[in-house]
Amino acid sequence: MGNVLVIAEHKDGKLKKASRAAFTFARKYTEKFGGKLHILVIGQGVAGVAEQCSKFGAEKVWLADDANLAAYLAESYSQVAAEAAGKASATVIAATTSAMSKDLLPRLAARLKAGMASDIMGFTDQGYFLRPVWAGNAVVEAEITTAVKVVSVRGTEFEPAAEQASASPVEKLSVALNAASWKKRFVRFQEVKSARPELTEAAIIVTGGRGTKGAEGFQLVEKLADLLGAAVGATRAAVDAGWVPNDLQVGQTGKVVAPDLYIAVGVSGAIQHLAGMKGSKVIVAINKDEEAPIFSVADYGLVADLFKAVPELVEEIKKARA
Amino acid sequence: MKILVSVKRVTDPDVKIKVKPDGSGVVTEGIDFKVNPFDEIAVEEALRIKEKLGGEVVVVSVGPADASKEIRSALAMGAERGIHVLCDSFIDPTVTARALAKVFESEKPDLVLMGKQAVDGDNNQTGQMLAEMLNLPQACFASKVEIDASQKKATVTREVDGGFDVVEVDLPAVITSDLRLNEPRYASLPGIMKAKKKPIQELQLSALGIDVQPLVKWHRFSEPASRKAGIKVPDVPTLVEKLRSEAKVI
Repeated sequence: MGNVLVIAEHKDGKLKKASRAAFTFARKYTEKFGGKLHILVIGQGVAGVAEQCSKFGAEKVWLADDANLAAYLAESYSQVAAEAAGKASATVIAATTSAMSKDLLPRLAARLKAGMASDIMGFTDQGYFLRPVWAGNAVVEAEITTAVKVVSVRGTEFEPAAEQASASPVEKLSVALNAASWKKRFVRFQEVKSARPELTEAAIIVTGGRGTKGAEGFQLVEKLADLLGAAVGATRAAVDAGWVPNDLQVGQTGKVVAPDLYIAVGVSGAIQHLAGMKGSKVIVAINKDEEAPIFSVADYGLVADLFKAVPELVEEIKKARA
Repeated sequence: MKILVSVKRVTDPDVKIKVKPDGSGVVTEGIDFKVNPFDEIAVEEALRIKEKLGGEVVVVSVGPADASKEIRSALAMGAERGIHVLCDSFIDPTVTARALAKVFESEKPDLVLMGKQAVDGDNNQTGQMLAEMLNLPQACFASKVEIDASQKKATVTREVDGGFDVVEVDLPAVITSDLRLNEPRYASLPGIMKAKKKPIQELQLSALGIDVQPLVKWHRFSEPASRKAGIKVPDVPTLVEKLRSEAKVI
């Protein structure tokens, strides 16, 4: 059995917590089928990230550090990852599901002539991967028939790996890069600045849906979120209407989340939205339509007009904390 | 500009799909099929580019005989002609991408557009795989596309975690659409009438000279873990009380 190579993601010199879920997947997979965990860090000036990755029991951390890799491009990163997979004798290449891995891994799979399973939730004794299909209304056992397999790992299905005392060796990986061959140039990254936590890392999420009726109503959602130190989420309808950016979308075609507390405000509970949040520990739904499907998954449902209930909720929480 | 747009026939995304009792698949009997919503956005974008810069929009679908209906839907929106790669067996994104690569080679478009993912298999793989197979640049999850036809370039804004990633790609390129790229138009009645006469070329998947064996096979289907409804609370103070003392989450 070959090794499992996990592509680690990082931001501002820090390993993303979400990547630790893929480390856990790799540990479980290698415990069952053999092989060792290898980790790949790609970027520029990211030796510190490799250092952070060395604390998760990997046999080796591969570091591709190059000025040409400063900005993420699927074209260059897939080339680096393919070389690393060979050097690491990896038969499984994995990363936690994210905007980057969704873009990168299928291209890598095609490059390696490997089959890919997206957003896996686990695996069976035969090594089939469990993954959601039809907006999470069904789970299928997907068999990747190629010797090399590529998987994206659903972050909410695997605990983030804990740090260990021993350190893994870091090995530099130098790859001959030809920027002209990518036929693509990074122009800029417009960061949407937010003091709020990221959706996939937040302990509490407050989500607004169609019922918020617009950017103004959505401010109520934001106010409640800020009081709770929560991330803000949105339904497809709210994104579609242009009230909030796409990266706030919770659902099968957006982000899949599982916080300790999920508060759905004016959210009807469309199938594809439920697929993205029903793994949350505690779900609260506030909606004036008592027939709304969101109530079928809510631990605490409040049938009320959100324009009255949310300000009241803000006051009550303040009062309770005082 | 010649634009190739791929559309997939999928089950109506607004219908809750159920697993067959024997776990052999999902129940599709009695369910409507539609153009994958993300592909519909791709068709709309192709039409807007054509309306601005001139050219032709060619719609391709890899799927069963019934998928001609989805091709007609795209033709009714305004695409010029269709290509139907007929396929009745189960295929995966790799095989779909191989078939699209063949169509690309014969059509030689300036741009390929498709949805970021199909809402049945939820793979989100085909566009990226196609780009790699053809050694083309990719720009996935596009929320804005600007074409510079004279320079043969496209500037694409991609909605990613924490912000907007802007890239410039040489054409031809593969661009996959996200939700906010545009609002697809409804087909007009004259559009629907005209679409009936537009040509659809039929090709057999097995005659394309590609390996049609999927790399990923699907076995048993099961229902996802279900979640029970909890209680309704009468008012906000009760809710806060429950969250503090019972759920202990705030």
